[in-house]
Amino acid sequence: MRVNFTVNGRPQEADDVWEGESLLYVLRERLGLPGSKNACEQGECGSCTVRLDGVPVCSCLVAAGQAEGRDVVTVEGLGDHARQRSCGGSDGVPLDAAKGWAAKAGTDSQAGEGVELAPIQQAFIDAGAVQCGFCTPGLLVASDELLERNPNPSDADIREALSGNLCRCTGYEKIMDAVRLAAARQSEGV
Amino acid sequence: MDFLRPASWEEALAAKGEHPTAVPIAGGTDVMVEINFDHRRPEYLLDLNRVGDLYEWETGEDSVRLGASVPYSTIMEQLRAELPGLALASHTVASPQIRNRGGVGGNLGTASPAGDAHPALLAAGAEVEVASAARGTRMIPIDAFYTGVKRNALEPDELIRAVHVKKADGPQQYSKVGTRNAMVIAVCAFGLALHPRTRTVRTGIGSAAPTPVRAEAAEEFLNAALAEGGFWDNGKIITPSVAKQFADLCAAACNPIDDVRGTASYRRHAVGVMARRTLTWTWESYRGARRTEGAA
Amino acid sequence: MPANGVPTKITQGSGTKGGIGESTLRPDGTLKVTGEFAYSSDMWHEDMLWGQILRSTVAHAEIVSIDTAEALALPGVYAVMTYDDLPTEVKHYGLEIQDTPVLAHGKVRHHGEPVAIVAADHPETARRAAAKIKVEYRELPVITDERSALAPDAVLVHEGRDDHHIGHVAHPNIVHRQPIVRGDAAVAAARADVIVKGEYTFGMQDQAFLGPESGLAVPEEDGGVHLYIATQWLHSDLRQIAPVLGLPERKVRMTLSGVGGAFGGREDLSMQIHACLLALRTGKPVKIVYNRFESFFGHVHRHPAKLYYEHGATRDGKLTHVKCRIVLDGGAYASASPAVVGNASSLSVGPYVVDDVDIEALALYTNNPPCGAMRGFGAVQACFAYEAQMDKVAKELGMDPVEFRQLNAMEQGTVMPTGQPVDSPAPVAELLRRVKAMPLPPERQWESSEGADVRQLPGGLSNTTHGEGVVRGIGYAVGIKNVGFSEGFDDYSTARVRMEVIAGEPVATVHTAMAEVGQGGVTVHAQIARSELGVAQVTIHPADTQVGSAGSTSASRQTYVTGGAVKNACELVRERVLELGRRKFGSYHPAWATAELLLEGGKVVTDGGEVLADLVDVLEGEAVEVEEEWRHRPTEAFDLRTGQGNGHVQYSFAAHRAVVEVDTELGLVKVIELACAQDVGKALNPLSVVGQIQGGTTQGLGVAVMEEIIVDPKTAKVRNPSFTDYLIPTILDTPTIPVDVLELADEHAPYGLRGIGEAPTLSSTPAVLAAIRGATGLELDRTPVRPEHLTGTA
Repeated sequence: MRVNFTVNGRPQEADDVWEGESLLYVLRERLGLPGSKNACEQGECGSCTVRLDGVPVCSCLVAAGQAEGRDVVTVEGLGDHARQRSCGGSDGVPLDAAKGWAAKAGTDSQAGEGVELAPIQQAFIDAGAVQCGFCTPGLLVASDELLERNPNPSDADIREALSGNLCRCTGYEKIMDAVRLAAARQSEGV
Repeated sequence: MDFLRPASWEEALAAKGEHPTAVPIAGGTDVMVEINFDHRRPEYLLDLNRVGDLYEWETGEDSVRLGASVPYSTIMEQLRAELPGLALASHTVASPQIRNRGGVGGNLGTASPAGDAHPALLAAGAEVEVASAARGTRMIPIDAFYTGVKRNALEPDELIRAVHVKKADGPQQYSKVGTRNAMVIAVCAFGLALHPRTRTVRTGIGSAAPTPVRAEAAEEFLNAALAEGGFWDNGKIITPSVAKQFADLCAAACNPIDDVRGTASYRRHAVGVMARRTLTWTWESYRGARRTEGAA
Repeated sequence: MPANGVPTKITQGSGTKGGIGESTLRPDGTLKVTGEFAYSSDMWHEDMLWGQILRSTVAHAEIVSIDTAEALALPGVYAVMTYDDLPTEVKHYGLEIQDTPVLAHGKVRHHGEPVAIVAADHPETARRAAAKIKVEYRELPVITDERSALAPDAVLVHEGRDDHHIGHVAHPNIVHRQPIVRGDAAVAAARADVIVKGEYTFGMQDQAFLGPESGLAVPEEDGGVHLYIATQWLHSDLRQIAPVLGLPERKVRMTLSGVGGAFGGREDLSMQIHACLLALRTGKPVKIVYNRFESFFGHVHRHPAKLYYEHGATRDGKLTHVKCRIVLDGGAYASASPAVVGNASSLSVGPYVVDDVDIEALALYTNNPPCGAMRGFGAVQACFAYEAQMDKVAKELGMDPVEFRQLNAMEQGTVMPTGQPVDSPAPVAELLRRVKAMPLPPERQWESSEGADVRQLPGGLSNTTHGEGVVRGIGYAVGIKNVGFSEGFDDYSTARVRMEVIAGEPVATVHTAMAEVGQGGVTVHAQIARSELGVAQVTIHPADTQVGSAGSTSASRQTYVTGGAVKNACELVRERVLELGRRKFGSYHPAWATAELLLEGGKVVTDGGEVLADLVDVLEGEAVEVEEEWRHRPTEAFDLRTGQGNGHVQYSFAAHRAVVEVDTELGLVKVIELACAQDVGKALNPLSVVGQIQGGTTQGLGVAVMEEIIVDPKTAKVRNPSFTDYLIPTILDTPTIPVDVLELADEHAPYGLRGIGEAPTLSSTPAVLAAIRGATGLELDRTPVRPEHLTGTA
C-alpha cells in the first residue's frame, strides 16, 4: 500500500508498504531516517519515540497505515522543531538565545558542522548524557516534549516523563543533568 | 494482509461485518507487538484511528460514556474527578508514550487478565457498549464481559464503541504490583471503590485469575460488616479485624498461577495487602470527606 | 560502498586545550544527538537483501531432517542455507575453543541455536520463508545443572572433546576447572573463633545492550566481502569468520559500525558469518538485524553461578581462611568460560588479606543458553558471595561491617591467593572510608505537603504504598577486578598515528581498530593525541581491519592498552617530527640539539617555553606516520593444580554504599541512593569516568532486584526473552549515584591510569543486597531478589 504523511515538516510518500510494517520501519528503511531506533519493537524501551501530531509515541507500535495524513517529528527534525517553537514565541524562547546555545555545535565535529542543535540536544552533549547513544534519539524527543509542556520540571517530574525510555549505559544520572541543564538554559534565555 | 481504513464508525462496523476476522487496531500496544514478533498475521487490520467518535467522552448524570480510544493520558488528566479509580489505573499503564496512544478499548478487546484498566472498571461498575452492523448496539455488563483467558463476550462482527463507567460517588483506589517502579506489566492489581450512595463496596482483581474478577465474597462480607457497625453513618475507623478478614477474602478470591512474573502464592499475598491498604486509603478519604461536609 | 551509513571521520579540536585530564566532549556527540550516527542496524545498500535465522525450538535434540524446499520456492527468496551448504571444512568457531557450529549439525545443544539461514528481498518474506523450513527433532534429555551434568550416566554435551582443557577436568561436561591452594586452610581454620558458611545463587543476567545485533555484508569484486558490523573486537571476529568462508583474512574487510552498547555481549560472534555466507551465496548485500526476542538468543549471557563459601575469623576480627567452590553454568558452548573461571577463582576472596585459601572454580557444559563475557566477568558472581559472607562474619563477631572490612583490607604489597603481590595502590580501606563518609540522603523524601509522592516510594507509579510497610536499610560492599587480559594472554593493541598539515593547520589522525561501544575511547584517543602532539585538530579514523588489532573493548582494558598504544605511537611520531625539525631548522638555533623539546600549541618549544618553530613549517610537504603495537607487562598462566602465578597485570577497586527503602509487606524495593568511591589511577576524562561508574553501578543494581533470564529447569528453554519480562532499571528505579573519584597513580600504566569500566558493577549488587537485608532482617542468599523472596511466598 501507499502511505502519505508529513515528516519533520516535509510531505513524504512511501510505496509498496507491507500492511504489517510499523511507522518505525517506514521511517528507517523507506524514508532514510534511521535516527529513530529499533531497540525492542514492543513499546518497552522508548528508543523509537517520535511525535505523532505532537504527541510522543512509540513509532514501533504505530502501524504505517495509521500514520496516513498525519504529522511526524523525529530526532532528525528536533532542531527545526525547536527553532520553530522559539520563532513562534509561544514558549518565550527567543531565536538568538537558541542560536547562542547551539554555537558550540560546529566546532565539535566535522560532520556536525553547521548543524543547529535543539537546546536539549546540546545539553545532552554538554552533560555527558550520551554514551553508546542508541537510547539518545528517543530520550531527546521525550525530554524536548517534557520541557515544552513543563519548562521547570522537578526531578520526580523528569523521572516520570522519561520512565518509558530505557538507557543501559549511563545510569541516567547524566540524563537527569542534561534535562536540568536544558531547563535552566531555557529559563535563563527568557 | 489488508489494511482497512474506515473513516467513520459506520464504515468500521461495515468493515468488521464484512471481515469478521479483521483485527481492530487503535493504540497498537498489543497488536503491533504481535505483528513485530511474528506471533500473529491477521488477514485484515482494521485501523480505528480515523474514527473520531472513539476519542470522545460524554459525562452524563450517572456515568461517563468513555470512547474506546480515549488515551490513558487523557483519562489521567481530565477524568480524575469522575473516574478516580480508572485515572489511577491509567497512570500505571506501561509508559508515557503508550499512555498517549492506548485506550480502554484495547484492554477490553485483548481481555488479558493483566490489563490495567479491568480492576478499576470492575470496582467502579461499568457496561461495555458494543455494536455490529447487523444487530446494532448492545450493552454488556462488565461482570459478564470477561469470559476466559484473553477472551471476551464480543461477537466476531462486533466492535467496542465505548465503556459506560459509573461516576464515582465515593473514594476509589487502585494499586498494582510490578517488579519495577515504572513501565511494568502487572504481577497482580487491585481496584476498590466505595459507593456511599448504595452503601456498597466493589472490588476488582487483575492478573490473579484466568480473567479479571471481583472478590464478591469479600464485598459481601464488608458490605455486611459496614452496615452492621453503622460505619457509613458514624464514619468510624474500620476495625483491623474487619480489614484483615476483607483482605483475606480478597486473597481467597484469587486463582493465580506461577509464571515468570511471580508466584501464585505471592499474588495471593499481594492482593491481600493491596486490599487492606486500598480499603484504608479510601475509607480514610471517605471519613475525611464526611468531616469536611460536617464542618461545612 | 553503502549509499547510506558510511562511518564518518571524526575531527575534534578545541584550540590548544582538550588534552588528558579534561572533560572534553565526545567527538561523536553531535552525530548521536541528531540521529545521523550510523549504527550497524542503520546500514543500507541499494539492492540489499534481508537475512533471517531459523533457530531451534528445543534445547537438546538430534536433527532428524531439514526440508528447505518450500522456503526456497517462496517468491522473493534468494537463498536458504543449512550446515550442508557451508563452503569449507571449517564449520565451527569460538573465542577460545572452536566448539560452536556455524549452523547446527545433526544436533542442537540449546534453545535458539541457529539451524538455517535465509536471504530474501523483504524481512517479512525472509520470516515467512524461515517459517516454512521443516525441521524434525528427536529430543534428548537436557543437562541443566551440576547434578545432571556430572551424573555417571550423563549425556555428554560435547562428545569427542579435544580442546586443551579436557586433560585436566574430571568430566567432559566440565569446560575448565581452576583450583587455588595457598597456605593451609585446614590448619588456619583451627585458629578461627568463628566460622561462617554460606551457599549463594547468582541468576543469569543479560547485557541488554539497546542496539540489537546487526550488520551488513557486501560482496566485493575480488570475491571477498566487506562487513559493516557492531562488535567489541574486529580482529577476533575476522580470525573466526575468514576460515569458515574459505577466504584469506585480507579478503574479509571489516569496518566498525555504530555500536549500541556491548557490555561483553558482542565479544562472541552473532550474525557475522551468517550475513557473509548469504552475501557470498547470493552476490548481493545482506543485512541482518535481530529483534529483541532474537537478541536474547543471539548472544551469551552472564554465567549463573552457585557459590559455596566458608570464612573463618579470629575474635579480634582477622580473617583466618577462606574456602570456596564456585560452579558456573557455561551453557552449551564454551565462549569465554575458561577465562571467566580464571577470574572467578583468582578474585574469589575479594580485596582482603587471606593467607590460607582453598578455592576451586569451574564452568559446566549444559544445555542452558551459552554464557560468556559480561561486564565484571566472573568477579561479579564472586563479589556478591564474598561480600555477603563478610557481612555475616562481621555480624557473628559483633563488629561494624565496614570496620571489619577495613581491618582485613588489602593494600599495596598484599599477596593475592595466586601468590602475586599487588604492586600498585590498593586503597580498599580508604574507598570504604570515603563512601561511608558521604552524607546520607534524608529520610522520608517521599513525604510532601500533598501527601505521599508515590514516584519516590517502592512500587513507584503503581501506587502500592503511601508509606505503609516501608523500612530503610543501608549496606556496604567493595570489590576487586582485574584489568586487561590475564593468564599469559598476549594482550596488545595497535595504533597508527599520522601527522600532517591540512588546510594550513597541523592535524593528527589516530587510526586504531578499537571498538567504540559507547565508553568514550574515541574521546580519550583525541585527548592523548592533543597532549602528546600539541595539536588542536585530531581526526579519529573509523575503526577497521586496515590497521592492526586493538584487542577487545572489554576487561576494562581499552584506555590502558589502546590508550597506551596511541600514546606510544604519538611519542614515536613526536620523535620523528622533532627529527624532521632538526634537519630543517636545527642550524638556526642551538636548542634543537641541546634542549628537551616539546610539541605544544602547534609549535615546537623547549622545556623552557622558547618557541623554535611552527609545526606547520616543520611538516610542510611531509607527513609523519607510525603504526606500532604496544603491550602491557606480560602475565603468566595459573598453575592448573595450585593456581599460583602472576596472572593479572592490574587491579581495579570500587566501593559502594546502598540506601534502600523496602516495602516489607509487598517485597518491593526502591533504591534511594547508591554512592560509589573508586580509584581510577588517573581520570583521563573525568566526565566519562563518572559516566562509566554510574552506568556500571546501575547494571549491578539491575541484577540485585530485577534482572534474570529464567530458564525452565525441565526443558532448558528460555521463558522471558523480551523487554516485557526481562526487566532492566528505568529512570524511576535508578537512584542518585554520587561518585567520589580517587586518583592514585599506577606507575606501571600509561599516565598512571587504572581500567575503570567493570569495578563499579561488582560491588553495587552486594551493597544493595546488604541494604535489603538490613531493612528486612532476611538472609537472602540469591540475586536477583524478587518480591516473593522478601515475603516468604517463593
